[in-house]
Amino acid sequence: MPLFEAIRLALDTIRVQKLKSFFTALGVCIGVMFLIAVVSIVDGMGRYMEEDLVGKLIAVNSFELRHRPNINIGDVDDATWREYARRQRILDSDVEPVVEALPEGAKWSMYSDGQVQVEAEGSRPRRASVTAVDGDYFEIKRLDVTSGRLFTPGEMTTGASVVVIGPDLVKRLFPTVDPIGRQVKMAGKFYSIIGVGESLGSAFGMSFDNYVYAPFRSPIRRMLNFQSRAIDAVVVQMPTAEAIPSAQEAVRAVMRARHQLRPAQKDDFSLQTADSALAFWDKIKGYLVLAGVALPAFGLVVGAIVIMNIMLVAVAERTHEIGIRKALGAKRRDILIQFLIEASTLSTFGAAIGIAAGAGLAFVIREVSPMPTYVAPWSIGVGVLIGAGVGIVSGVYPASRASLLDPVAALRQE
Amino acid sequence: MTNHVEEAPLSTTAERQAVLGLPGQTPSEDWVIVTRDLKREYDMGGEIVRALRGVNIAVRRNEYVAIMGPSGSGKSTLMNLIGCLDTPNAGEYWLNGQLVSQMKDDDLARVRNKEIGFVFQTFNLLPRATALHNVELPLVYAGVSASERKERAFQALASVKLGDRVHHRPNELSGGQRQRVAIARALVNRPSILLADEPTGNLDSATSEEIMGVFESLASSGQTVIMVTHEPVIAAHARRVVVLRDGVIASDENKGKFASRMGF
Ligand SMILES: Nc1ncnc2c1ncn2[C@@H]1O[C@H](COP(=O)(O)OP(=O)(O)OP(=O)(O)O)[C@@H](O)[C@H]1O
Ligand SMILES: [Mg+2]
Repeated sequence: MPLFEAIRLALDTIRVQKLKSFFTALGVCIGVMFLIAVVSIVDGMGRYMEEDLVGKLIAVNSFELRHRPNINIGDVDDATWREYARRQRILDSDVEPVVEALPEGAKWSMYSDGQVQVEAEGSRPRRASVTAVDGDYFEIKRLDVTSGRLFTPGEMTTGASVVVIGPDLVKRLFPTVDPIGRQVKMAGKFYSIIGVGESLGSAFGMSFDNYVYAPFRSPIRRMLNFQSRAIDAVVVQMPTAEAIPSAQEAVRAVMRARHQLRPAQKDDFSLQTADSALAFWDKIKGYLVLAGVALPAFGLVVGAIVIMNIMLVAVAERTHEIGIRKALGAKRRDILIQFLIEASTLSTFGAAIGIAAGAGLAFVIREVSPMPTYVAPWSIGVGVLIGAGVGIVSGVYPASRASLLDPVAALRQE
Repeated sequence: MTNHVEEAPLSTTAERQAVLGLPGQTPSEDWVIVTRDLKREYDMGGEIVRALRGVNIAVRRNEYVAIMGPSGSGKSTLMNLIGCLDTPNAGEYWLNGQLVSQMKDDDLARVRNKEIGFVFQTFNLLPRATALHNVELPLVYAGVSASERKERAFQALASVKLGDRVHHRPNELSGGQRQRVAIARALVNRPSILLADEPTGNLDSATSEEIMGVFESLASSGQTVIMVTHEPVIAAHARRVVVLRDGVIASDENKGKFASRMGF
């Protein structure tokens, strides 16, 4: 029997047995719906982590020289922590030799940051993330102002008391007036606002726009590093991702020499890339995907059992029909295919609805919660395949029972 | 009528042996059906029921054969074997020169589809399908294209005078009409034999006569027909009557002899 006929036959049967078909499809629908929803959450978070969050924390094609990683990769044991604590800080005197060793085309910036209380006349003080920056910081982070201007090279060199503040801080400290030209007070010293920076967005409901930037050599630096010559990090950006390893090697050589490390000793500083920060995410993602797949998989198994039972009942109910078909020349294969197609059509149909429902659920989650969801095209394909697969797997046993029926015995049954 | 009617009955053992041939020997082309010592037993939990205990029968092309016998004599068992719905425990069954008794499932399905039209006492129509679709079914399994299928199914229904009932479902048809749908379905693949196991068993006498008329005209147009029946009146339509008793052939006579003995 041609496949086309088998499909038509399956559709006919489904149309006639609406209720039974509905429940069959429902089992798969629910499983696939959760699969799509969970995968979209995990995937959305993944995309967010990879494209947004880490991109904001660590700029593209860049790496950071720090005395220890600030984004830690999974669980760090006590011994490692103790080793981190013993490490010497990166000093401002390290910066020049490091920068000199960088390959052609590298951009760099040294910076330190911390949480500092910011005050403005006529409003309540607020803690903000304050970063003292030097070099190509704004270029590397691709950060510009929406009003006012960035620091001039002169202000950078002299360490002028000027700041660029984030939109959140503007909202809090200067809700009604233009902040440009006004002053904020940090650690007892006044700073002129020369610019308002762009929004950096938010993650999981947490804003990144509560920031203050000041020139590295401005007085605020003393608030950020108590060890007077220490700095938090040097960020280096290369034109391409391929250029990163050689630049890292150059920096590593300089730092090892400056720290007088013997060849056998490990680095006592960290060269952190976006990748190494993402490794952490990859690890969580592994667990998330596992949980996210295990739950719907359980649902699908239940769905498969439901389908199998419904199909077994269908085979029992339709024994007489199978007998007639066999008497008229249906081969085992014809009967097998008829039931398999019926099962997989129903479950694929269920999967299609499940995909729509899952995508809808993902959309609702994105709208009402801080969780970013993203329905990946592959998950739709996988959903359909799984739907059909569940149908085939759960249909095989009933279908093969049907196909093996003895025609005389089947005909005798009413 | 054709002259083979006179040749058909095989009343003596010698005649029978001459026609049936030796085991393993392919029968000559004249014979649509040859069975040699066909046996069918059922194992009923240790107790063996011997439904057929060695049946030898030969049917010529274009013959019209009635099979009679008391209930439980093995008529349906024999029909199921001839119809390839069942396989024998021992013996040979040759259909159109093919040794069917040795065939596997799929080949049997193909033979059922191409060579055999089976009409049952209980019609065995698909209840949810229209008359047309029921008649189309054998063609579906034969892989005939949809348009040709429709056309041939329609023709078959028209030939049993149901051209105006093609879209009716079985429950919208009378018993006689249902059986005519079943006959149309049995004929649609142009089978070499038409088998009917008590085709009028579920019909009243008037309708039975009408269905017998259909078989009669099919037989006289050259269709090979084998029919099981309890009714001597109905058997009288056939030109040859085989009587089974306890799983063996008790008599095998032409219409003349049978009819005169039964007093027709
Ligand atoms: N599937 C089966 N299992 C066990 N015994 C069977 C089976 N089919 C038939 N028999 C037995 O085989 C014998 C012949 O049965 P069969 O149905 O061929 O008789 P029949 O001549 O068609 O009878 P009837 O006129 O009542 O239809 C009977 O004794 C019956 O009980
Ligand atoms: Mg019977």
